[in-house]
This record gives sequence, C-alpha cells and structure tokens, in this order.
Amino acid sequence: MSNTKFGIYGGQYVPEVLMNEIINLENSYNKFKNDTKFNSELEFLLNNYAGRPSLLYFAKNMTQDLGGAKVYLKREDLNHTGSHKINNVLGQALLAKYMGKKKVIAETGAGQHGVATATAAALLGLECEIYMGKEDTQRQALNVYRMELLGAKVHSVTSGTMTLKDAVNEAMREWARNSEDTFYLLGSVMGPHPYPTIVRDFQSVISKEARKQILEIEGRLPNLVMACIGGGSNAIGMFYNFINDANVNLIGVEAAGKGVETGMHAATLTTGRLGVFHGMKSIFCQDENGQIAPVYSISAGLDYPGVGPEHAWLNSIGRAQYVAASDDEAVDAFEYLSKVEGIIPAIESSHAIAHARKIIPEMNKDDIVIICLSGRGDKDAAAMAKYRGRKIYE
Amino acid sequence: MPQPWQNIEEEKYMSRLTEVFKNKALTGFLTAGDPDIESNERYIMQMVNAGVDIVEIEIPFSDPIMEGEIIQASALRALKSGTTTDKVFDLVNSIRKKSDIPIVFLTYLNPVFNYGYEKFFQQCKKLMVDGVIIPDLPYEEKTEVELIANKYDTDIISLIVNAPKERVQKIAKSAKGFIYIVPSADSTEENTQDLICTIKEVTNVPCAVGFGISTLEQAKKYAVISDGIILGSAIVRIIAQYGKNADTKIYDYIKSIKEIIQS
Ligand SMILES: Cc1ncc(COP(=O)(O)O)c(C=O)c1O
Repeated sequence: MSNTKFGIYGGQYVPEVLMNEIINLENSYNKFKNDTKFNSELEFLLNNYAGRPSLLYFAKNMTQDLGGAKVYLKREDLNHTGSHKINNVLGQALLAKYMGKKKVIAETGAGQHGVATATAAALLGLECEIYMGKEDTQRQALNVYRMELLGAKVHSVTSGTMTLKDAVNEAMREWARNSEDTFYLLGSVMGPHPYPTIVRDFQSVISKEARKQILEIEGRLPNLVMACIGGGSNAIGMFYNFINDANVNLIGVEAAGKGVETGMHAATLTTGRLGVFHGMKSIFCQDENGQIAPVYSISAGLDYPGVGPEHAWLNSIGRAQYVAASDDEAVDAFEYLSKVEGIIPAIESSHAIAHARKIIPEMNKDDIVIICLSGRGDKDAAAMAKYRGRKIYE
Repeated sequence: MPQPWQNIEEEKYMSRLTEVFKNKALTGFLTAGDPDIESNERYIMQMVNAGVDIVEIEIPFSDPIMEGEIIQASALRALKSGTTTDKVFDLVNSIRKKSDIPIVFLTYLNPVFNYGYEKFFQQCKKLMVDGVIIPDLPYEEKTEVELIANKYDTDIISLIVNAPKERVQKIAKSAKGFIYIVPSADSTEENTQDLICTIKEVTNVPCAVGFGISTLEQAKKYAVISDGIILGSAIVRIIAQYGKNADTKIYDYIKSIKEIIQS
C-alpha cells in the first residue's frame, strides 16, 4: 500500500495549483499529530466544548421491539452542534490555527459540516466561508441562518447540479485562488490524500470510545457495527478501531433514494464504478462516458456521488459490507426511533436505523449491535413533516 | 543562434509540439460540442487559417474544477448537446482530412480512465493527437497514464505554477511536448518570467503561458517572456456570444493576436 492510497484507492488527483498546499498540509499534519500540546488542546476541546465522550446508549425499547440482537446507539447526536461533524472540525480547525492560517473554507451538504465549521471558527477566532449548493440552501434554510449567526459567510453555489459535489468544486476553486492564508476544512473522508486519513483519524474517536464502552458494559466486543454513508466519515470513525477485530462485522448504509433501480439515488458502492474525481480514485456514480452522475436522496448529507477511498478498499477486500436504504425506509425509521426511544435521529442516521430494523430481528438475542447515531433530527423536522404531507412553519 | 530545443537526444521520437515552438507559438482552444461538433470543425479550420500553431480541444467533463466560469459553462453546454469522447475523436478525424495541425486535448482524468487508457491513447496515435492536458493529474500520479501515453507517442503535458524551485524543476525535468504555465491570479509578469527562467535551467522543453489571456496587450506581454501563449476563455466567450455564427469573429481575433505576438 503506497502511503497516499488504500490499496488502489485514494491518491492525489488534483490540479498542480493545489499540490503545494496539499504537501504543506501533509507535512504539518505529520508534525502536529504527535505533538503533545496539539493533542492535549484537542482533547480539551472535545471533552469540554463538544461534550465527549458521547454516550453508548442501550436502546432497550428498540431491542425488545425488534426481538433480536441487543441494540446500542453511539450518541454522536448529543455532541455540540448536533452531529459527529464537530470531531473532525475541531481537529482541522486547530490544525489550521497551528499552521498559522487566518481563514477556513468548507463545503457543506446538509449544513451540519458548515455549522460545525462556523462554530469552530467562531471559537478559535478564524474567518469562515462556507460553500453550499443552492438546492441545499433551500432544503436546509435553518442551517444557513445558523452559519450566518455564527459569523460565517455562506456562498450559494449555482453551478452544475447545485448540490454537495458542486459545493466541493467551488471550495476547491476558492482554495486554489487563496491557498496562502486559507485552510480547506474538508467535511468527510474524501478528497485528495491526506484528507481521507486526517478526517478518519479525527473521527476514529467514535470507535475508540465505543470499543472501550462496550467492553465495560458487556465485557465483550459487538457482533456488528453499523453506520450511514455519505462521504463515509461517521462510518469510518465508527469502524476504525474494530477493523482488526475480525469477528466484528461492519455494515455501511447508503442512500437508495427512490430506489436503486430508478436512477434517483446516491448508492455509490451499490451501483457505482471505479473512477477518479475530487482528488481521489474511488467508486463513483457516473454515466457510461465517465461523467459524474447527478445523485438524489431525501437526505442532503448523503447526497454525494462518491465515497471515501478507505471504504472502497474495505469493500473490495470484503472487510465491510455496503447496503442501501430508501427514502421511505429512512423516513419510517426517523419516526420509529422518535416514538420508540424518544430520540429524533438525523435523516442521514435514519438510513442506518432503517437497515438495522431489517436485519436485527434475524439475529440472536445475545448478539450485540452498535449503530452510529451520527446526528440529531431537529434540522429535518420540517422536511419530514412535508414528506408526510404536513406543512409547518420552520 | 542555435535554438536549445533542437538537440534533445533522449527523446525516442521528436514531439511535433516541441517543434512548433521554434517561433512564438499560438494555441487556440475550444470545447468540443459547444455549440455543436459541425461548428467546431469550421471554427478549428478558421483558427488554422488565421495562423494558430496548435489546436487545443476540450473533451467536456461534468465537473471541470480547474476551469473558470466561462469554460465551465461551455463544458456544460457541450454535454447537454450530447458530446461524448467518441464524438470528439470523430471531430479530430474530420479535421485530419483537411489539416495536419498539431492537436492537443484538454480533459479531466475520469473520462480518459473510463474510456480505458490503452484504447484512448491508441485512438490519439491513430488520429495524430500530439498531447493531452489533464489538469487533475499532477506529477505524483502521472506515471499510470504516461506509461501508456508514451507507448502511443502522445505527450502528457505538464502544468506548472509558481511553486518552490525544487518542485518546479522536478516537474520541468520530466516534461514532454511543451510546458503549460499557469500564472496565479496575483502573479505579475516578473513572477512568470522568473518561473520560466527556473524551468529553462533544467529543460529545453518550450513554455507556453495560458489562462485568462484575452487582450492584445496581454498576449504581447506574455509572448515576449515565453515560447508561446494559449487562448482559451477568450475564444470560448466569442463562441458563447455568436453561437453557430462565430466564424469570422474567431478568424479576425486569432489573426490579430497572431500578428501581435510575432511582431
Ligand atoms: C448527521 C449526519 N450524518 C451523516 C452524514 C454523512 O456524512 P459522512 O458519511 O461523512 O458521515 C452527514 C453529512 O452531512 C450528517 O450531517
């Protein structure tokens, strides 16, 4: 495995204008990742600002209702700003600060990464600009307001399909124009090396905690660990410290949208092909000419035509399995968890819950499953009401 | 005075691209399929008749992350009109019946990867496509493509920007055909001149400057300090404005630039 790739996946397929800054980023990261001061400062922020460690919650009602394995939820929804995104954002924003950068830029889909970035920028005194597809600014208007409230400037991206992939394109262009004082704070385990590694390292706190917590509670490892997949950051964070435990199965759940057979979906590993895009060799939804395909999901956070290279690799060697859940199934799961456990999950995370509902009843009663509850669903409430035909004021 | 690029020994074939830079070379760009392939064929011949030395044809990609708004919009129009890689090869095939002008492609790696490197460069050789510019293929990743491109005598054109000397020279030493210099938004003429000097210390491969050149004044300025210039968005803008009736506009524009850079 070359040090920029996971098997054949990953690499640094970016314009020459970005290479110098990417090399600079890699060198800086290698320097600070083992720096005691950097790490203690990050740990302090994670524990005292973001609210870590997050709970590993035994979902007793769901366990009883499904009648199969014991279900635990890793409660990333309880983090400050409402999702796992803050883990990576605090790490990268602190790195930006240590590198002497004045400004951070970021892309966002659902707005969760944008909100987390704007939050960290406010905390650490960095300027912040967020790129968001126009389509998403409408679906997630509340998050646009949040980012602005936190002092960020939000650019509504009108090129291409006006969603997450176009927001990434625009953020990369901006980074190419201003790399000197600007840090590109990427939101998932994607893009050119070293981003997939940096983001994975910062998110791996999820499984580091979960592994310890489950051993404390149950005295043994889980049989299965699950998470939803957009770019793949909460999933890799949830998987990472279990990868070497061969008996722990790993399942990632993508967005099947209106159904994988309709073409209206974002199920990259389920339907995509090997390609090169956004700086990485990985699996992408694309047409027969290699044009990146428009993707669709009810969930703006999963609406991305690619997947992080480490997932493409875990898939290729059979270490993790990837499946897809539809809009309908996700909305059902959104309502299900709210009613059964009194926890409103993000529509992204609801995809993982949806698949769990299908397979857990078939498992043994003494099996253990951990599901990553990547975020909370308050941001989705208006859209879910609308999906059920109810119009409410946001 | 003997031109330094006349004695590159280790090249197994003489790149036709390198040869055309003996005088200040002018490269004209357009996006295949914008507004349509038939118009492109005429526009390319207009450029040739007006004196371009190299024709650069973009195989459109859905997400051209290095391009500015004008060329992005052009690529999207081209894709909407149904342009595929095979149709671009057909365009080159038609041109080859009329002209042996050096041709380079500009495209992103995914369309080439998807077509298959072997099949893509085989076609390039067959149609005398001299080089391919792939903005998202930096030095670090180019081997996987270049091994196959070289087999079919096609140059992978290196892009160079203002970067530390060590990096600039590392790329320059490996460059073939010509070097595509991309000045950054804030770089001055002097910066670009210094960059070219740094390159010339280690290679005879000619340097062309591109990105954002449109006025006669800019063309002259960059032609003086380099081996040639590339006109991209300026031509695409004419096509965007005049659609299928851009023939004489393109001819006149190229002609005026050609005269100024050779004066
Ligand atoms: C709550 C939540 N979960 C999951 C995702 C998907 O991203 P990733 O696959 O990188 O975890 C997002 C993205 O916005 C999100 O907001």
